[in-house]
Amino acid sequence: MADFGGGDLDALRTEAKEWIAANFPASLKGRPNPMMREERSTPSPEQEAWRKAMGEKGWGVPTWPAAYGGGGLSAAEARVIQQELGRAGAYNPIGGMGVMMFGPTLLEYGTEEQKQEHIPPIVKGELQWCQGFSEPGAGSDLASLQCKAEDKGDQFVINGQKIWTSGAQFADWCFCLVRTDTSKKHEGISFVLFTMHQPGVEVRPIPLIAGNSPFCETFFTDAIADKKNLVGPLNGGWTIAKRLLQHERSGLSGAGGGGFGMGGRGIVQMAKDYVGADDDGRLSDSDLRTRLIMNEMDGRAFQQTAVRSMMESRSNSGPSAATSIMKNAGTRWMQDRAELTLEIMGHQGLGWEGDDFSSEELGAVRGWLGGKATTIYGGSQEVQNNIISKRILGLPDLTNNS
Amino acid sequence: MAVLNEEQSMLRDAAKSWTQEKSPVTAFRKMRDSGVDVGYDANAWNEMAEMGWAGVIIPEEYGGSDFGYLSIGLILEELGRTLTASPLLVSAVGAASALVLGGSDAQKSEWLPKIAEGTAVGALAVDEGAHHNPSKVETTFSGGKITGKKSFVLEGFKADVLIVSAKGPDGVGFYLVRGDDAGVSRTRLALADSRGAANIEFKGAAAEPLTGGAEVVEKVLDRVRAALSAEMLGAAVQAFEVTLDYLKVRVQFGQVIGSFQALQHRAAKMFTDLELARSAVEAALQAIDAGTPDVPELVSLAKAKMGDTFHLVSNEMVQMHGGIGMTDAHDAGFYLKRARAAEAAFGNQAFHRDRYAKIQGY
Ligand SMILES: Cc1cc2nc3c(=O)[nH]c(=O)nc-3n(C[C@H](O)[C@H](O)[C@H](O)COP(=O)(O)OP(=O)(O)OC[C@H]3O[C@@H](n4cnc5c(N)ncnc54)[C@H](O)[C@@H]3O)c2cc1C
Ligand SMILES: Cc1cc2nc3c(=O)[nH]c(=O)nc-3n(C[C@H](O)[C@H](O)[C@H](O)COP(=O)(O)OP(=O)(O)OC[C@H]3O[C@@H](n4cnc5c(N)ncnc54)[C@H](O)[C@@H]3O)c2cc1C
Repeated sequence: MADFGGGDLDALRTEAKEWIAANFPASLKGRPNPMMREERSTPSPEQEAWRKAMGEKGWGVPTWPAAYGGGGLSAAEARVIQQELGRAGAYNPIGGMGVMMFGPTLLEYGTEEQKQEHIPPIVKGELQWCQGFSEPGAGSDLASLQCKAEDKGDQFVINGQKIWTSGAQFADWCFCLVRTDTSKKHEGISFVLFTMHQPGVEVRPIPLIAGNSPFCETFFTDAIADKKNLVGPLNGGWTIAKRLLQHERSGLSGAGGGGFGMGGRGIVQMAKDYVGADDDGRLSDSDLRTRLIMNEMDGRAFQQTAVRSMMESRSNSGPSAATSIMKNAGTRWMQDRAELTLEIMGHQGLGWEGDDFSSEELGAVRGWLGGKATTIYGGSQEVQNNIISKRILGLPDLTNNS
Repeated sequence: MAVLNEEQSMLRDAAKSWTQEKSPVTAFRKMRDSGVDVGYDANAWNEMAEMGWAGVIIPEEYGGSDFGYLSIGLILEELGRTLTASPLLVSAVGAASALVLGGSDAQKSEWLPKIAEGTAVGALAVDEGAHHNPSKVETTFSGGKITGKKSFVLEGFKADVLIVSAKGPDGVGFYLVRGDDAGVSRTRLALADSRGAANIEFKGAAAEPLTGGAEVVEKVLDRVRAALSAEMLGAAVQAFEVTLDYLKVRVQFGQVIGSFQALQHRAAKMFTDLELARSAVEAALQAIDAGTPDVPELVSLAKAKMGDTFHLVSNEMVQMHGGIGMTDAHDAGFYLKRARAAEAAFGNQAFHRDRYAKIQGY
């Protein structure tokens, strides 16, 4: 059984409670995280104050080293912070791709200088990052990317196109995979960083089936990346990209354990309200009931697995191939749940806009559609199965996607 | 795999090496071919008892080690791998926990030490029809006698002591009946999985009540369900590993069949499901040890998830072996048959899904 007890944690808990009480604006209590929405580009003064406070404290990224402004806490201590934020109804205002995937990767592969320059603004939530990986011709087979960077002394000059670049229209910086050698596939890729605020960068938002436009086509015409912003060796970007994708996956699988549609009354109560129950208290649609139970069980077993892998790997750091399992299990569960939610709502679950539908109903439709992306990005479901079969099960790989 | 303490690691290692050396699947095959009526090898059972396995959940004062349910689950998982048949589940978990939870001092003193040393075998007589339904009890207890019919009593054919659910003056509860009582008449069942089971008719057999009523019945059943889930986990993991090995050696179309993505993705799905099921099984056993109130829902979760997973893996084992998987000479059929028998025992997936939802209020 978990034993995170002990006096030190209790002291930290008290400190966290007091600090959150003193710094978290009461008006934001229980409000959604603006980081997760398009309104993030126009934060309110309270939202800004909360971001700054957490940024200074370093608790937005509690386990990152204190040397770069992070919390410098252990995983167990970080959980205490997370629990106390939850208890206070406070969201974590420090997030985005810098936190989820770029920061951890740079901490591992960056030079001291690069870390000093790029980590603190992520910790403080001052700069937003976007991921320039996918191209029209390079999706699952990412290593076939063509966007090229030419060596011009102390700069790289970048020409080409990226696509599906999430948040490119809001981003300040881009971590980008570029081709620096056309004679090799994986060994001709480099990992570079550059500002999005320069003339050679153009972004065009793409509307999604869910009606919003969270990602863009991104065009580079003689865009500039300084040489000091090459991460890892020249033509050594693929290893770093793979590591970053592992962080992306573990972030995404974590989302599965959280709460799609968990806000408010919960899916079971929702089902009772829309569908009704028989005299024994069973949902009156027995077919729906069975599938709902199976989904509830899947979610529970997923959470149990997250706890188990945390207990088992307290010594070893960073994500592993096991994140592929978690990504597939978590996204499968979430998508099934979104489908069940629509089914429970019936015709009311098909509203697109207007006063005839509650915000919960409208949100369910958008969430259902948006959620379809989770088995496509971060390595599609099929790509995760390839990874499990090759890296964990030791079966031969015919795609040669090392 | 759960984080284990030292005793648990030692138990698991001992169980692993004993099953692999002394009780591989060939031993099960031999037992089946011998047609032995109890459905297990008595010598193997003696060796298991000598290692103390039958006393793992029994308190020390009655000759056990009191290591708990996660511990006996680890042993059952290893036994499950090689399909080792034994009364460990129903005697050392079922009957033992019934006595620990509901036995009088006299009943405990008489039976627990014998169960712990394996010299007495206990069995649970609960079901009365084709499906597990512990709330439907027509067997009655009155005037110190039990009357009724029980079906599908695992290891019931020769068990020395029978723990029988029956309706008495205060409702449903457990009663203890001696196997050799003149009022007990047993018919051996020949089942697809070759394990021991019997239908039992009680014609006014002498019985002594256990305490705790229906609550103890449910508690005991949950302990058996969780422990059986651990055995199923071991069997499913082994079925998967044997199949995975085959995918790596069988060549068709000039390459190993494990290079075909149609099979790879099904293997990946099985592996994912096994990991999730393992979490559910271990969480249920740990909850029993910790005595938390969510035991019933966690046990139903474990039995349902494990049932679905073993069902899938045992089917795929046959399918992915092609023609050879259909032959009696191959082990795949043993895992397939065992899967269905274990799924049906103490509540199948449908039973446990319904129970889980009812506990959650829908
Ligand atoms: C909402 C969203 C946000 C995104 N954000 C970003 C971002 O910020 N930055 C970024 O760089 N990219 C981003 N992406 C892109 C994402 O990484 C790609 O969509 C993903 O890599 C899949 O590539 P593709 O779309 O070209 O599909 P394809 O690779 O063409 O895949 C099409 C289908 O074929 C299957 N397939 C492909 N290869 C195999 C194989 N070997 N075996 C079996 N099946 C296979 C896939 O699973 C899929 O079902 C985002 C995508 C979405 C949907
Ligand atoms: C009851 C029974 C009766 C039979 N009767 C006859 C008979 O009268 N005469 C006769 O000649 N034969 C007979 N057969 C043999 C039967 O045709 C073969 O079993 C069948 O062709 C499969 O071959 P295999 O058993 O070698 O399996 P394999 O070909 O080794 O297949 C093993 C597994 O790999 C899968 N697999 C193989 N190739 C691929 C691929 N390219 N992509 C994805 N998956 C693949 C298969 O689907 C299977 O799941 C019989 C078989 C059975 C079970």
